[in-house]
Amino acid sequence: MRYLGLIFKNALRNRRRSLLTISSLAMSLCVLGVLMALYYALFHGEAPKSQMLRVVTRHKVAIAFAMPIYYRDRIAGLPGVKQVCTWQWFGGQYKDEDRDRSKFFPRFGVEADRFFDVYPDYRVPVEQQLAFKRDIASAMLGQTLAKNQGIKLGDKIKIKGNIFPFDLDLTVRAIYDSDIDSDSLYFPIKYLEEALKARGSHRSYAGTFTSLVATPEDVPRVAKAIDEMFANAEEPTHTESEYAFGLSFLSFLGNIKLALISICGAVTFTILLVAGNTMAMSVRERVREVGILKTLGFTPGMVIGLLLGESAVISLLGGGLGLLLANGLVGVLRHGPAIVQQTKTLTLQPPVLAILVGFSVFIGLSSALVPAWRAAHTPILEALKNAD
Amino acid sequence: MPIPLSYNLRNLAVRKTTTVMTALGIALTVAVLCAVLSLVEGLRVAFTSSGNALNLLLIRKGGTSELSSVVPRNDFQEVIRYRPGIARDAAGEPLASLELVTIVNLPSKDAPDGMNLNVRGISPIGLEVREETRLIRGRWFNPGRREVVVGAAIAGRYPSAQVGNRIHFGRGDWEIVGAFESAYPARNSEIWGDLYQVRADLNRYDACSSVLLRAANPTALRALTSEFLVEQRLQLDVMPEPDYFAKQTNSGDVIKYLGTFVAIIMAVGSCFAAMNTMYAAVARRSQEIGTLRVLGFSQFSILVSFILESVLLSLLGGLLGVLLVLPLNGLSTGVGSMTTFAETAFQLKITPKVVASGISFAVVMGVLGGFLPAYAAARKQILEALKQI
Repeated sequence: MRYLGLIFKNALRNRRRSLLTISSLAMSLCVLGVLMALYYALFHGEAPKSQMLRVVTRHKVAIAFAMPIYYRDRIAGLPGVKQVCTWQWFGGQYKDEDRDRSKFFPRFGVEADRFFDVYPDYRVPVEQQLAFKRDIASAMLGQTLAKNQGIKLGDKIKIKGNIFPFDLDLTVRAIYDSDIDSDSLYFPIKYLEEALKARGSHRSYAGTFTSLVATPEDVPRVAKAIDEMFANAEEPTHTESEYAFGLSFLSFLGNIKLALISICGAVTFTILLVAGNTMAMSVRERVREVGILKTLGFTPGMVIGLLLGESAVISLLGGGLGLLLANGLVGVLRHGPAIVQQTKTLTLQPPVLAILVGFSVFIGLSSALVPAWRAAHTPILEALKNAD
Repeated sequence: MPIPLSYNLRNLAVRKTTTVMTALGIALTVAVLCAVLSLVEGLRVAFTSSGNALNLLLIRKGGTSELSSVVPRNDFQEVIRYRPGIARDAAGEPLASLELVTIVNLPSKDAPDGMNLNVRGISPIGLEVREETRLIRGRWFNPGRREVVVGAAIAGRYPSAQVGNRIHFGRGDWEIVGAFESAYPARNSEIWGDLYQVRADLNRYDACSSVLLRAANPTALRALTSEFLVEQRLQLDVMPEPDYFAKQTNSGDVIKYLGTFVAIIMAVGSCFAAMNTMYAAVARRSQEIGTLRVLGFSQFSILVSFILESVLLSLLGGLLGVLLVLPLNGLSTGVGSMTTFAETAFQLKITPKVVASGISFAVVMGVLGGFLPAYAAARKQILEALKQI
């Protein structure tokens, strides 16, 4: 421990090199941090408390297919189910969305009078809730969405229909905020039913049903019960927890898991190369000095310890800086558009942090090991003769 | 007078380990970038080279995909089918095909939980409109039977979609009797069956999804487009088939942005690493630099020489990086589209454009990483430089 001062002095000796190495490591570890945070959130994440009590039922084949509306009452009758809310994706087009993708946002018809029972975590002032339930042509917008599109309470919104053969003419009556979603538009599903009826269509369909269950333990049982109930019906269903349902959209993006793993691998390897290279360079320049240390009585073990320590200090500094950067980037991702809702709550989780700090130490030690061992075992005379 | 390039080459060769390690760092960065670009390129090729320029696709007004579109059968029979300007086959039948698109969920190699695939109900005329398609295994489906043929890309990626197997959709099992391949990659991710049979299974007698027709010539194509658009009885969008496919290219956007972002941050890191290597090179060769100056080489030639050395180093890295991703060429993968709700298989493509982007990326890294050290080298005082050991 009493050599700590020496280690720090050595680390700061070639300031420019140390700084460049630290920056390089920081960049790589920042990428690694963000990717690992993503990976962890997507594949090892845990459902937030608010989602643990909800299951989503969709058509067995694909979300694009609708189910008959009477399924709702059948589901609501199952033991353990407290409330069911019907959802229908509207799609449509807002302003010049086909040219300007930034104007896209999801639009759903929901059962206004049941929505807040199933989603108590959507924070909406009571008077706005009432206004949303009262007006069949009302809209409820996420806070982020309203901010991004510059929409206020009381504004009119027109959505051109594409899946449905009519347009939506809505008035913004409520602004909600929630941890899992803050950029969707909701409107009363009654609007759809009325508009379809006016066009002579009497079929009512639902895109998905979200059911609120009594306890988290009910989730698998209820999901199974729902699917068994409709197994032989005209439209069979697939039910899963709301969290898993959100993740199922990932498969549309291609093989994300493999992509993340391979990029992480490439980054890791790059870090090892950079760190190893720098340490090799700085040790090679110091062979003579190592000779002097040894004449002063330093054992090879101590010399190795000194060099390893120096490398560990540099890589830890790089790692720390990288984690700070990663933390910032993760924050940016969190506020960006949601790819899947899991990115809304993206943070550097403790296991990820631990892995990255451990990895920094590992890089420091492993990259310096070979050069340090070599330097420490160069015979003194030869080392002192070394001019460079 | 410029310093000969061989000077830099020999210097890189002398410091083998450092050179290789720095170059490898750059190589990995370039590899990540190229992998992403090859994916984007593969997607682009799959979608933008698909569709016959004389084919017109009709879907519901405002609709984004065939899946969510509805075209009444009467519209087709009474308004569309017998329009003048539509090409006719040998038997004199107009080449206009009413089709029904739905999806089926099958487990694939990449997604054991199942991926969605487009199923297309099609009539014999539909096959004629798609005359670029040929059978590669088995036979075509028989009208009136529960038989389907699968696209070549599906046959390769879905273990359950082999000729002879049965798949389940609609009201029961369908036998896979053949596999087809189209010159248009996007078609190879579809499953085709008899229109009447698919329609009966889905209970959609009066409304199908889309109409695909072949115009007799480019003039007729333009005339038909405007005629259908102003036709009061139709509420349909009309677009050339290639445009419809081209719109789906954005399916890979998420991966594209994620990958580019990673590559750029890695590049900044690699730049720092290259800078380190070059600073070390400058420091070690202080005496050499002094000697070169004494010999009469200008500060500018030294600046250029060191930047060149850095570029050579990164070029080596760039080449290595491209070599690393070459095996990815032709690898087939799939991406789901939020418009069609189904997967389209495509192949990664390492085109000359991808290689050029990767190499230029490396060169930029080399210039950026080499400039400051080279500047430091050029600014060295001759006497100081010669005195340094």
